[in-house]
Amino acid sequence: MGLEQFKNRNVGTQNYVKLDLPHPPKNGWCAFKQVLSRSLKPELFVGLWVALREMINALFRGQMHTTQYPLEKLPISPRYRAIHEMLRLLESGHYRCIGCGLCEKICIANCITMDTRYDENQRKEVSEYTINFGRCIFCGYCAEVCPELAIVHGGRYETASEQRASFSLFEDMLTPIDKLNLQQEYQGFGAISPNADENIKKTPLAY
Amino acid sequence: MSEMEPAKNMISIKIDGVEYKAKEGEYILNAARANDIFIPAICYLTRCSPTLACRICLVEADGKQVYSCNARVKEGMEITINTPNILKERRAIMEVYDVNHPLQCGVCDQSGECELQNYTLELGVDSQSYAIPDTKRETKNWSSVLHYDAGLCIVCERCTTVCKDMIGDAAIKTTKRGGAALDKDYKATMPKDAYAMWNKLQKSIIAPSNGTDYTNCSDCGECIAVCPVGALVSRDFQYTTNAWDLKRIPATCAHCSSGCQIYYETKPTSIADRTEKIYRVTNEWNYISLCGAGRFGYDFENRVEGKDQEAFTKAVEAFKKAKVINFTSVITNEEALMLQSLKEKMGVKLINREARAFQRFLDFYSQASGNSLYTTDFKEVMATDFVMSVGTSLRNDNPNARYAFNNIQKMNKGAGLYFHPVGDNLVPTFGKNIEMFTHKVGQEELALLLIIDLFADHDKLPNSVKEQLDRDKLLEALGKDSEAFAKSFDKMMKKKESFSLMVGEDLYFHEKAENIAKLIAVLENSSSVKVAMIPPKTNSLGVALICDLDDEAEGYTIGYNALGDFRLSALGDGDLDMPSMNQQEGTLTNMHKRVTPTNAALEYHGYELNDIMAELISAPKYTIDWTPHLPVEKGFKSINFDDLPNEYKNDGTENRGYLLDTTTKEVGEIEVDKFDDSTVLDGEIAYRCNPQRQFNDFTNKAHQIFEEFGLYASKERAETLGKRVTVEFDNGSLELDVIVDERMDGDIVAVPDFKSAENIYELFGASRYQKVIIREV
Ligand code: SF4
Ligand code: SF4
Ligand code: SF4
Ligand code: SF4
Ligand code: SF4
Ligand code: FES
Repeated sequence: MGLEQFKNRNVGTQNYVKLDLPHPPKNGWCAFKQVLSRSLKPELFVGLWVALREMINALFRGQMHTTQYPLEKLPISPRYRAIHEMLRLLESGHYRCIGCGLCEKICIANCITMDTRYDENQRKEVSEYTINFGRCIFCGYCAEVCPELAIVHGGRYETASEQRASFSLFEDMLTPIDKLNLQQEYQGFGAISPNADENIKKTPLAY
Repeated sequence: MSEMEPAKNMISIKIDGVEYKAKEGEYILNAARANDIFIPAICYLTRCSPTLACRICLVEADGKQVYSCNARVKEGMEITINTPNILKERRAIMEVYDVNHPLQCGVCDQSGECELQNYTLELGVDSQSYAIPDTKRETKNWSSVLHYDAGLCIVCERCTTVCKDMIGDAAIKTTKRGGAALDKDYKATMPKDAYAMWNKLQKSIIAPSNGTDYTNCSDCGECIAVCPVGALVSRDFQYTTNAWDLKRIPATCAHCSSGCQIYYETKPTSIADRTEKIYRVTNEWNYISLCGAGRFGYDFENRVEGKDQEAFTKAVEAFKKAKVINFTSVITNEEALMLQSLKEKMGVKLINREARAFQRFLDFYSQASGNSLYTTDFKEVMATDFVMSVGTSLRNDNPNARYAFNNIQKMNKGAGLYFHPVGDNLVPTFGKNIEMFTHKVGQEELALLLIIDLFADHDKLPNSVKEQLDRDKLLEALGKDSEAFAKSFDKMMKKKESFSLMVGEDLYFHEKAENIAKLIAVLENSSSVKVAMIPPKTNSLGVALICDLDDEAEGYTIGYNALGDFRLSALGDGDLDMPSMNQQEGTLTNMHKRVTPTNAALEYHGYELNDIMAELISAPKYTIDWTPHLPVEKGFKSINFDDLPNEYKNDGTENRGYLLDTTTKEVGEIEVDKFDDSTVLDGEIAYRCNPQRQFNDFTNKAHQIFEEFGLYASKERAETLGKRVTVEFDNGSLELDVIVDERMDGDIVAVPDFKSAENIYELFGASRYQKVIIREV
């Protein structure tokens, strides 16, 4: 890419196109006429009628169209990238994250940090995990890179809180163990493709 | 700024049609690497013998398929790296390596620095044609530091090779895996080399060579460093971080005088604690081998919250009234220069016992030989095929000198003579042609006289030496039968061309140091034996060159990491905190006569010596501003710190810092004293010597080094001593636990000096050996 366009700092020679706009009112009388002609359009009454009709429908015919937020919440598309959730394995209930650190590495805002250790079962254990939601740009890379479908974007889009820290630790994001039966397999960003079965190859093992 | 190796015996070869220069007799692989050309290779280790375990380094040389790691270049050789057949072999080899390899890259500590991954991708392995039932392979902890995951091991034998050819312990070997036999059809259908390699791989696994589950070795961790996959990992490091998260800080190990190249690898401690912490130490393992102290003794930093103004004011006051500064050799050249400036400007006396002893010895040697410094470095020693060692406990004093001694036996079909009063049962296992002289304390001169007799041109010897050369008598005094020795010496000398001698601390702390230095000069003048000296501690050589040290001093003393009335300490236990070696930048002078830079791995918030200098005399802004002012007349160069390189080149050239300049002048004939028995010690003797991996207070502070401060003795001796003893010297006594060192032989016991607070130097005085009375308590 050439840098010529950045080097031309002479703004005056560029081609501006003038829009063909009506002239603004010249004096007080003209301005008054403009206000009057804009206000007394019959559409005003059309609008009033629509509002009245909907009010009657909603109140007396049971056709309410607004949701009672925050008591009611609209379902959100799986494509939406809200606060992260950490999923568990359905069978064992163990958290899925293996501590590979790929999410930490790929994170574009550099906001994931994790501590790992060698546990009693000779496995890598995630001893702590955190996302700094003050920096997260909800790009979804972490969910996309995760080889275990462990970290996903959940449906929790309300990110107002006294402290962002209150939902940024591992246990805040992890499916509560008593809600395991409610855990949804994630369909959104980073989920396996619908035709994954066709693409998968068996590891050649002799047993 | 690299020192170019002399272009001796360079020949021309052609690789893929392009002409290159190569050293005669070099392996094809090394010649290619020196010319920055890539040939796939897994099992080969520079400086060790080729094992032909992987066979991936196949190339075609003059129309024949050869293994580039063990075929040597010839003038005009034409080499092709890839032929269709070789590519087929290589791909098959990589497929075989991938058979049953656990799919746990996600958690593996190699985290992307994996040669198995790299070559699998490099050779485009995208399908698997082979299969065999897997064998259960257990994970084991071989020692306090070694963790072996047999499942991940590809049996490239790099670990066993480095342990045998470089380290000398030979503590691990390949053994039977008990795996299934290969399908018969493979023999006919598979590429030949891949089949042969698989056949061997399928049968073997690595295990401690002593038949137990534990290696019982030097715990150097070099096997961990060379492992191309995540099979060998340090227990402390395992699963704590990914390699890519670590920041690498090029540095110089500051524990002993080898001054090895290392990288400190750092990362924040945890989520809650964001201060940087060192997670591990790595090295350029193809060109330098570390010991356990360097690899595992890294967390000795002095964490300081901030500048303690009050302590600083007191320190300045203390310096103003100080008569003496007492310090150790764990100090940079720059700081040594600061202390020297203090001496020049304020008249304080400088005390550093180990460096002073070495300085005196170097002076004696220069006066006798005319050389400003010893003439050989340990790289040159490593290239010889007959090596001798006098006056050093090779296993404890300097790991790299020991590695050189061992490597010569293994790689150069070498031979060796080992003179030392303390028996050692590891050294004789280095090779078949080693003679151990377990002589009496005080007979070091006789050892040198014997070496002179064996190797010198007798016509060139001064009379005072000549008249002492009665071989039979010398051998008898040193405890050898002359006929038997003559026979084995003949065998040792077969096909030997180059000779080297390493000498150590016993000779510097010696009543006859002057005479010994003269004998060394005589040996050099009259023979082709190259002599290298092992400085006693980390930067003893630098201190000896930079500082004008005093023998004795009295009065108000400042101790810098040493005893004193006011103590500056990088251990956190002094009156004013100082940065430790991994928290400061500067240069160190190592035993290879090389001035190498080291960088700060961890932050330090307190005062430095340079701040005190600024108050007392004058000082530039940074410590490293002193670097170009190191004394040129002593061989240092006027180069800015930031211009010092710290790397190895692909051909193995050490491009770290610079070499000291040395000068030679004419001197007259050397007159040596006649040997007399007055220095010979008999009876109960203690030797001032540290256990392996312990060198100073800093190694002692590190959590992975736990060799205790105690009385070390051979197994037999320990049994007669009991559990805990008092050791009485002429001028004091110590109470110590008795610890068995299974590699020691004989009756002499070792008392460590790594704890400066114990003031061991005072007890031993001017010798490393003292008569003592040991009583059980
Ligand atoms: S969504 Fe993007 S910015 Fe947020 S944690 Fe994941 S990778 Fe980082
Ligand atoms: S990428 Fe997934 S499995 Fe890996 S550390 Fe992140 S959440 Fe855990
Ligand atoms: S442990 Fe590592 S270095 Fe040793 S044979 Fe196995 S893969 Fe090679
Ligand atoms: S730690 Fe060192 S001595 Fe022990 S097995 Fe490994 S290479 Fe050999
Ligand atoms: S202690 Fe000595 S041999 Fe060991 S790594 Fe450090 S400098 Fe090298
Ligand atoms: S590198 Fe040559 S056989 Fe392995």
